[in-house]
Amino acid sequence: MFKKLAKSLREYKAPAILTIFLMIGEAVVESLIPYITANYLINEIQKNGENVEMTAILKVGLILVLMAMLSLSFGGAAGFTSAKAAAGFSKNLRHDLFSRVQTFTFRNIDKFSSASLVTRLTTDVNYVQMSFMMLIRIAIRSPLMLAFSVIMAARLGGMLSLTFAVVIPVLAFGLILIAKKAMPAFHRVFKKYDRLNESVEENVRGMRVVKGFSREEYEKKRFGKAADDICEDFTKAERIVAVNNPLMNFCMYFNMAAVLLLGSYLAIGRPESGVMIGQMSAIITYGVQVLMSLMMLSMIYVTLTISAESARRICEVLDETPDMEVPKDPVKEVKDGSILFRNVNFKYAKEAEINTLSDVNLKIDSGMTVGILGGTGAGKSSLVQLIPRLYDVTEGSLSVGGVDVRDYDLDTLRNQVAMVLQKNLLFAGTIRDNLRWGNPDATDEELEEACRLAQADEFIQTFPEGYDTYIEQGGTNVSGGQKQRLCIARALLKKPKILILDDSTSAVDTHTDALIRAGFKSYLPNTTKIIIAQRVSSVQDADLILVMDNGKIVATGDHNTLLASNEIYKEIYEQQTKGGDEDAENA
Amino acid sequence: MPKMPKGMPAKGGPGGMPGGRPKANFKVLGRVVKMLFRYYPKMVPVAIVCILFSSITATIPALFLERVTNTINLCYQNGTPWSVAKGEILPQVFLLIGLYLLSLAAVFLQTQIMAIMTQGFLGKMRKTMFDGMQNLPIRYFDTHKHGDIMSYYTNDIDTLRELVSQVFPTLIRAGVIVVSVFFIMLYFSIWLTLILCVGVVAMILVSKKLGGGSALHFIKLQNSVGKEEGYVQEMMNGQKVVKVFCHEDAAQQGFDTINEELCKNAGKAHAYANMMGPIIMNIGNILYVIVAIVGCLFLVNGIPNASIGAIFGRNTMVTISIIVAFLSMTKQFTGNINQVAQMINSVAMASAGAGRIFALIDEKPEVDDGYVTLVNAKIDPEGNITETEEHTGVWAWKHPHSADGTITYTRLMGDVRMTDVDFSYVESKPVLHDVSVFAEPGQKVAFVGATGAGKTTITNLINRFYDIADGKIRYDGININKIKKSDLRRSLGLVLQDTNLFTGTVMENIRYGKLDATDEECMEAARLAGADDFIRRLPKGYDTELTSNGANLSQGQRQLISIARAAVADPPVMILDEATSSIDTRTEAIVQRGMDALMKGRTVFVIAHRLSTVRNSDVIMVLDHGRIIERGNHEKLIAEKGTYYRLYTGAFELE
Repeated sequence: MFKKLAKSLREYKAPAILTIFLMIGEAVVESLIPYITANYLINEIQKNGENVEMTAILKVGLILVLMAMLSLSFGGAAGFTSAKAAAGFSKNLRHDLFSRVQTFTFRNIDKFSSASLVTRLTTDVNYVQMSFMMLIRIAIRSPLMLAFSVIMAARLGGMLSLTFAVVIPVLAFGLILIAKKAMPAFHRVFKKYDRLNESVEENVRGMRVVKGFSREEYEKKRFGKAADDICEDFTKAERIVAVNNPLMNFCMYFNMAAVLLLGSYLAIGRPESGVMIGQMSAIITYGVQVLMSLMMLSMIYVTLTISAESARRICEVLDETPDMEVPKDPVKEVKDGSILFRNVNFKYAKEAEINTLSDVNLKIDSGMTVGILGGTGAGKSSLVQLIPRLYDVTEGSLSVGGVDVRDYDLDTLRNQVAMVLQKNLLFAGTIRDNLRWGNPDATDEELEEACRLAQADEFIQTFPEGYDTYIEQGGTNVSGGQKQRLCIARALLKKPKILILDDSTSAVDTHTDALIRAGFKSYLPNTTKIIIAQRVSSVQDADLILVMDNGKIVATGDHNTLLASNEIYKEIYEQQTKGGDEDAENA
Repeated sequence: MPKMPKGMPAKGGPGGMPGGRPKANFKVLGRVVKMLFRYYPKMVPVAIVCILFSSITATIPALFLERVTNTINLCYQNGTPWSVAKGEILPQVFLLIGLYLLSLAAVFLQTQIMAIMTQGFLGKMRKTMFDGMQNLPIRYFDTHKHGDIMSYYTNDIDTLRELVSQVFPTLIRAGVIVVSVFFIMLYFSIWLTLILCVGVVAMILVSKKLGGGSALHFIKLQNSVGKEEGYVQEMMNGQKVVKVFCHEDAAQQGFDTINEELCKNAGKAHAYANMMGPIIMNIGNILYVIVAIVGCLFLVNGIPNASIGAIFGRNTMVTISIIVAFLSMTKQFTGNINQVAQMINSVAMASAGAGRIFALIDEKPEVDDGYVTLVNAKIDPEGNITETEEHTGVWAWKHPHSADGTITYTRLMGDVRMTDVDFSYVESKPVLHDVSVFAEPGQKVAFVGATGAGKTTITNLINRFYDIADGKIRYDGININKIKKSDLRRSLGLVLQDTNLFTGTVMENIRYGKLDATDEECMEAARLAGADDFIRRLPKGYDTELTSNGANLSQGQRQLISIARAAVADPPVMILDEATSSIDTRTEAIVQRGMDALMKGRTVFVIAHRLSTVRNSDVIMVLDHGRIIERGNHEKLIAEKGTYYRLYTGAFELE
């Protein structure tokens, strides 16, 4: 997993490695300072009393100041390089994730919800970035400081450093025990905490229902109970972690007391041990450093375990491979807009038992208008999504312009098969920007022509800024009907051989809807048009109407034949034209 | 999400810090402290005493260190044997160990109390926020983004947690240590203390400079994070559109530009923050060395020392033991200053977060001065209404008259009349003009019109989600301003386009309409709504758990449950706001049957943009820009060949 993530380091390997060296430098210098102070300064004075040579002291002092400056430069520089490396690493990671998603097929996209992809690209990368920064700074520094401090202390203090032999295992064991106990406790609480926040969100979202049913008191009681429950669990977990502090203090105190006791005994009773005041002072300083390093290590352990989950989720995206085979020698031209389904079976998941589409045989000539009707889940969208090869057929074959869709270059195919999705979207940017998605090189005349055809030109002209009107994210500042017409215009700009509208005029009034269809008929005679609709009126003048039910095409024909022969079609038709009378009978 | 009424400004969310660097708001912090004292009048003082004690004991070892090293030095110089020196050193050390034990107990007590108090406080805050939120008017939810409200419960509570559990104790502790170390240092040597002070000033300057720089860049960083999140969200949602248009490369390019900027700002912001620690620590190191050298200079040259101790005849000269003690204090002093410096940002963030939480708590609740209540009633053959405790199925409005102290009862019928109602969400932008609607018991009244014409607004006024500016609304002849809001709403059933089911079983969701409904009653309501069939076919029937607004159900099924929820309440008046709009026409037919059953015998207000749903209404009101421009039944309006006719024939676009 870490290997996988490390690949995203690339050009930021240099600052990352530099950081590590700087941190090593800092740790070395910093742990030398107390050693030199003790050995060359304090002990000198103790030995010689007032007869100490001043120049020697000043020399040592100068060296020490220089070392501190060095340590400052190392530390400061490492702060800079580590930030650069971490920011760059996360940039590359986001880039890699984003471009991986760009290669995804629809099937890959379906596997991850868009919300989860967003979290992976933002929150998860942030966690990884933070722990990476921690890793190259503190995770290098702490063990080094620990090791150096112990070595220096041992060199300097001899017997005195034996206190470490007691303190380090006690603290290390204690910290591990606490982390081991606290982690699962926190894990559980966080899950509950998420649920609590979800319930708040639910409450906010459903406030009209809450107030409409006067359920304020009920909600308060319910939330209060959940909040108390969480509070209890949280307190339990926090109390475990709170033991960290006294433990740390205990070790520090123990060190101090032991040094004083043992130190004074050695210094006075056993002068041959070589222990002097300098050593005692240094061991106390090193003791603090050792304990701090251990504390940091336990923090790193906790942070890494938390971000490991994020790293795993990131790798999940990076590991996801697009499941569509690209032909070796792709066909780069679509001859015409004819479509042929032959014994097509289709299901979204390989494991699924029931086919979403079964036994589809269908021939559509170039230039025809085809309407598709059917209830939700009938398989209408699934059927048309196969044409631009958004999904591959499970069995059977599908050809466009006489060539199997799997033999085309994907871009070629999709540029010739324009599809307006049911969940269509506009993006933040001007109307012009949005339209140019269809054709980046389109001239203004072409834009206007497409918009006229989609019946969008008229309302665009009424906007003060016309085609330069800014569309908010998600297209919230245009109405549903306007949005749909802009999406149609965008698709038209591709000048496709096949145009698919998946329920794309549902918010457009019937009159405009008719105008759009009339425009298609006269201006796009050679384009194959496939229209999925809820309204019978949207399809009733098509050359061919398909009625779908349960993943099968149950009837084909034009309006009149279907009205005469097909029950479902008749039912839908009557419900929509005589809906009121039926209601009246029920009432 | 409910539609936001037009023309209402959405307030800026959290994180929208005003320009410049975040500053600590002491008023807010003071309020947090006050609340802590109010909630935990015993624990807080105990915790503070513990912190004080443990931080003072943290500084005391320096004194002992000086004593002990002094003794060692003397013994060393004089060659005193251990057996003699022992007598002087051991009592000191044992005294210290005793102090340590007390301090350990204090630290243990304090950290445990803090753990209990922090979470308890957060729990209480959560409840206070939530309880306060339940009493806020709908206007609040219409004008605040839900994401922002949510972040009060997540981000802001988190900063509060840090404030209470980390920042406060650290500040007290560091403050006490700095002050007491300062005095101990003065006791030893004023000169050395002065050197340390110069160093501390340098540290403060550096942390101010770096802290300011980092805050500035963090604001920039926040902006680019927001930008990046927006872009990612848009593209991930629109990934399929990107594919259909072969727009992958352009999307990638757009992302890379934003990503690059984010990287630049993140690098700078974190660099400042990262550099602060080592720089301050190393200024500490330099101080450490300088103190050592200057101390030696004093010692070697026999320069007289100045100290508070000198008053008592001690510390007149700098000794080696003073230097050693001073060195350990230098570390302590600078370490604590460093901790405070690191906390500055947290304090600012926490006071901003706490400020937002208080803003939510302080938000004015919905006022309810209604005094007419809904009671169970009995009606005797003469038509006299009496109040009763039992569930009779008959309800009456209990109307006390303050003038003469009498109480009158009016039977709940469901007669709603609006006369000449004017209303606006924000002043100067009127939404409704002169709207009059009369709905007799059992009548079905429909509202038709474009988005923003004011259809939903009318229903918002009937259940008093908003209050009218001018005109009258009467319910069974009683001015609705006199009716207690909860009773008024109880008598109005609500089915909305957004179903808003809650986490819980299907049964619990239906029971939401009437909390004391039996299982049998809930199932009966489901049968009435036509939901019983599909519910029984769910894996666990009525006990099936619904998650995140019933994601495991289809749109139509969700709507059927919400209809059953309204049905179990059995209200005389129903409001159906676009209840079938997001359902496909075939499913609508099923839902429609449920709704028809529900509407029978009730006064109903229907809002729909599919005209097939409204054509059998008793009255249809066509609204345009807040005015009723046509009214009448379907046949009459068709005959008039006006707006309704054009809508109906599809010559007009509704949305």
